Parts: sequence; structure tokens; C-alpha cells
Amino acid sequence: MLILKNVDVHYGKIHAIKRVSLHVNKGEIVALIGGNGAGKTTLLRTISGLIRSSNGSLVFDGLDISRQSPDTIVKKGISHVPEGRLVFKPLSVEDNLLLGSYNWYSLKNRSEIKDDMERIYSIFPILEKRRKQLAGTLSGGEQQMLAIGRALMSRPQFLLLDEPSMGLAPTVVKEIFRYIVELRDTYGLTVLLVEQNARSALRIANTGYVLETGRIILQGPAEDLLLNRDVQRAYLGRDVDYTI
Amino acid sequence: MYWEGEKECINRDALKQLQLERLQSTLFRVYMNVPFYRKKFDEIGIDPDDFRSLEDLSKLPFTSKDDLRMSYPYGMFAVPLREVVRVQASSGTTGMPTAVGYTRNDIKNWSHLVARILMAGGVTQNDIVQIAFDYGLFTGALGLHYGAERLGASVIPISGGNTRRQVKIMQDFKTTALMCTPSYALSIADTLIETGINVNSLSLKYGLFGAEPWSEAMRQELEEKLKIIATDNYGLSEVMGPGVAGECLERKGLHINEDHFLVEVVDPETLEPLSAGETGELVITTLTKEAFPVIRFRTRDLTSLRTEPCPCRRTFVRMNKVMGRTDDMIKIKGMNVFPSQVEAVLFEIEGTEPHYQIIVDRKGAIDELTVLVEVSESIFFDQVKKQKDFIDLIKTRLSSELGISVEVKPVEKRTLERFEGKAKRAIDKRKL
Repeated sequence: MLILKNVDVHYGKIHAIKRVSLHVNKGEIVALIGGNGAGKTTLLRTISGLIRSSNGSLVFDGLDISRQSPDTIVKKGISHVPEGRLVFKPLSVEDNLLLGSYNWYSLKNRSEIKDDMERIYSIFPILEKRRKQLAGTLSGGEQQMLAIGRALMSRPQFLLLDEPSMGLAPTVVKEIFRYIVELRDTYGLTVLLVEQNARSALRIANTGYVLETGRIILQGPAEDLLLNRDVQRAYLGRDVDYTI
Repeated sequence: MYWEGEKECINRDALKQLQLERLQSTLFRVYMNVPFYRKKFDEIGIDPDDFRSLEDLSKLPFTSKDDLRMSYPYGMFAVPLREVVRVQASSGTTGMPTAVGYTRNDIKNWSHLVARILMAGGVTQNDIVQIAFDYGLFTGALGLHYGAERLGASVIPISGGNTRRQVKIMQDFKTTALMCTPSYALSIADTLIETGINVNSLSLKYGLFGAEPWSEAMRQELEEKLKIIATDNYGLSEVMGPGVAGECLERKGLHINEDHFLVEVVDPETLEPLSAGETGELVITTLTKEAFPVIRFRTRDLTSLRTEPCPCRRTFVRMNKVMGRTDDMIKIKGMNVFPSQVEAVLFEIEGTEPHYQIIVDRKGAIDELTVLVEVSESIFFDQVKKQKDFIDLIKTRLSSELGISVEVKPVEKRTLERFEGKAKRAIDKRKL
């Protein structure tokens, strides 16, 4: 569904992404893991059109999106849940969700939009309870759900999730990951998931890529990456016994 | 029936993308972790970060068997030994051994790839599999063993040799699938005849043979004598072991597991890539191996690729049956001769047994090629004139196939050496 081939990204003189090739099949969760500064967020922002690649091709559903504007890319069905959630704190939960539908919002669509919002409330019941509350008063986990809900309001087929577990308590992280699996399994969404929390991400993912200083150094079925000792050492925080 | 249908029938564009991704990360890992490759890449100015297309494969350096020998035992490993869960060695058909290693993931992938090939050859979880390859450092037996277990078949790890016992176990355990070298399968078939065991009393259905070149005629012979469907499979320890490629029931070439191996066929002399259909040396690059990745490994096996679609719907390209090794190739009077060519001719002639030996010698300055061939008793003891005509027939047919003159010496049945592992068909007595 999404195919990247030899994508390079430069920030001025910094070569942030080095000829990255990766693909995401329809209906899969693909985990992109790697340390701080590896280029994970940069890659997601390149896919959603916020940053331009200097080289290579990005093809979504058979269409080259490497020179499309971010709003066109949203209309094609890719929705981005940014790192740190970035909900509009002074606005209510409901208004945050409504803003997510800006790409197809019109007075004519009001009832459809209402239906969509109800659907999102049925996925995240807590958001319905808090619908009139200001987003800034929500807990971290609730803000994450709101950010995902807002992304869903654009009716995407493909979600880019950037560090959804960041700053959340372990039980909340579990809950968020359960939701991500539900989005794939029940709603048929395709997900590219960027995570520092490599273990949780690989446990729910179909395949995974390991990004290090801008390059993909490893790719494969998620279960294989969980078994790989380099991955374990670098990203799963596992102590490796150095005695032979 | 497929073991991993989605992967085995992947569309070619998706496969190319997957191969590119895997090759790019493999190149990075060998450059970082294997001094041999770092040095080679640096020498010819290859930056793994700059590798952008599968078409650039031909710019990468080859890896030869000698390169592996020089780094014996652990020099080519791309992971520290503590991550290696198995070490095997090449069968050493030619010269010094080489050691290869596997991580846990390598073993897992290996099992799946073998399971694919077994299933392509007709084997299912309901089969009783007799593995008559030698267990040990050689990858054949253990590779098939793990794959057959992964598939869920019942495995009899009988190992090679002791042919009468093989037959007894086959009878008692109701073996349905036999795995060994084709020449050993033939010994087993002969033993059945000698001991008067009716093949119909056995439960054999499938034979999966490999580890040495064999002809279509040999396949026919084995299928008739053992009442089985015989398929060919291919692998080598330097690359992984069995499971690199295997025939489906169409039996028209071996599907290569292309999501794990990138293959090329090159001219063994000029090393230029050849196109599909042209015969040359098979060259393999591993795409997923963790412990022992190889880049453009020269297998010394001669074959050609077939790219036309297969009715079995697997999309992986096929390689034709290996016709010989570059080092089995006998250069005589300027011609390249392979034992497999001799075998094919002998199979076509009524009255010869499929056991033979090729002897190359030099009389003065002239090379001579003699084929010792076992013949059926009826012909051997018949009138002299008839015998001479028969020998002449073999001579003529061999000479026209090989393009050089050939001496033929008939020998009695069961006088030539039998092989339990890989057959050694040619003896070169020339002092070069």
C-alpha cells in the first residue's frame, strides 16, 4: 500500500534519511523502531508531506506522493498522529475531533460528520464522557486517544503514529496498543507505528524496520526482530551476557 | 499446496521491493561486521549507503569458496559467536572444509524454507519421512530434519548407509517419503530387487533427492523402480543448506526461495551475467542470513534460470536441474564434458545399468576418455558379435553427445563402487 524506495532527506547539510526503502502492506501494522535521533519522526513527516525528500520515490496506493502537499496526502487517505499528540488544548474534545474532519467538512456533511464522531466515541467511550471538556484538562492517555480520534475524523485508510506511548504509564500504554490492534483488526486500518518502546511495538506489529542514524539496518517479521540479539541489546533493554 | 502461500506466490513487483530492502540492509551489516567484505568494498569503492538498485548487484564483488576457506573457521561470521546456536561445515566434496554458523532466526528461517520445499514436493504432515543423508557436520540431514519436523511430518533420522537396514525400516515404519542422494536411492532400489522385496509392499510415495546432479532419465528410473514421485531439491551449506530451491510437482525446474536468496547465472570464465535460459555458474546472495551472510557466492554449480510462469502459481523463478559443477567439468580436447551428460546417454540405452565411471588419461600427448559401464548379464554373456555392436552403439551415442571420441569398456554388474553419499563419477589420471 505504501512503498518507499531509496528515499533521502536532507536538513541543510545534514543527511537525515539515507536511501531508505520500506513497504507497508494493506491491513498491517509495521513498526519503525530506533533510538533518539535515528530519523524516525523525520521519515513520518516526509511521508505526510511536511518535509520534502531530496531523492527517491514514495508511492501510496499506486500514486507518487513525493511532491504532493500535506492536505492532498490527507485526502488520499493518510493521517498523521504527531509526536506529543499536539491536541488543541484550549478547545473542547468535540471541537478537536471536528477539526480532524476539515478535509471534507461542509454544512451538507454535518450529519455524516456527526455519525463519524459517534463512531469514534464508540471506540473511545472516555472521549464521549469528556466531550465538552477542554482537551488541556485530559490525562496523557486520553489526549493520545483524542489525537488518534482526531486523525480518524479525516477518514483515513492509513495511520502514521508517532510515539503514541510517550510519557504514558505502562498500563495506559497497554491500553493504547490494544486500541491500535483494534484499529487494524476491526477497522482494517493500515498503520506505520514509530516507537521507542520497541518491545510493545514489535509485539503487535506484523513486520518491523530498525532505523539507525538514518539508515534501515535491519528489516523482517516482527517476531524475528524480537529474537535478534542486536535489537535486544540496543532497543529492548535486555542485558546480554558477555561471558562465552 | 503451499507452506507459506502468500510468500511463495508473492507478486513480482512486491518481491523486487522486498529483495531491495533486504539486500540494502544485508550490505550494511556485512560492511559493518565482516572485515573481509569491508575490505573488498573499500577496495573497489563500494559504499553500501549508495546501493540503490538490484541492477547494481553486478558491481558487487564475488565471494569464492577459497575466500571462505581463508577465513576458516569463524572469519566470515557477521555476529559474535555467542549469538550463534549452530555450527556446521561444508561436506568438503572438494578440498578443505568451510565452517558456517546459524543464529536462532537463521535456524527458524531454514526450517520454514525446507518445509516449503518438502510441501512443494508433495510431502505433508501425514507423511513418514526417512532421512538417509548422513547426520553430522554436513547440512543435508539436519536441514531436512528441522524442515520436516516444522511441517509436522513424522521424521525417521536413520542417517546414511546400511542399505538393508534402510529397507527394513522402510518396511516396518511404513515410510512414505525418502530423502537422500539420487545415487543412494538407486542403491536402495537395487537392494530391493536383490533381496526380492516387492516394491508394492512398501508405502513409499515421494522421493526428494538432492546434493548431487542427476538426469531426467535417472528420475524416470527411480520413479519406476521405487514407485514414487521423485523431485529434485537444491542447497549448499555455504549459503544455508537444503531449502534454497526445490521442484514443485510440475517437475520442470526448481523454484528458488527468492525472498531469501538473490540469484544470478554468470559465465564461469568471464563472470559476466547471463540472461535467462543461458547455462552458466549459479551465484547466490543471501538476503536474510544473520550469522553467515554471503554476497555473490560462486556456487560452482552449472544451471540456467527459467522465468516463464509455473502452473503451480508460485512466482519464484526456477533453476533447471544442476547439470554439473564447474570443477566436475572435464576439459578434454578443448571440449567441456560433464558426467551428467554421460549418465543421460547411458540411461537411454537398453541393457546398460545406471552405474558408470569416467576415466581420463593421457597417452603421449593425447587425452583419452574411457567410460566404464555396467551392463546387464544377458548382454554381457551373449555372443561376441552382438556385444561388439552394443559397445559400438554406446560409443557412437556418447561421441555424438560429447563431441569427442570415447572408449567404452563394459564391466560386470556390481563391479563399480557404490556411493552412500555423493557419487564420485570421474577420475582424472592426467598429470597436468
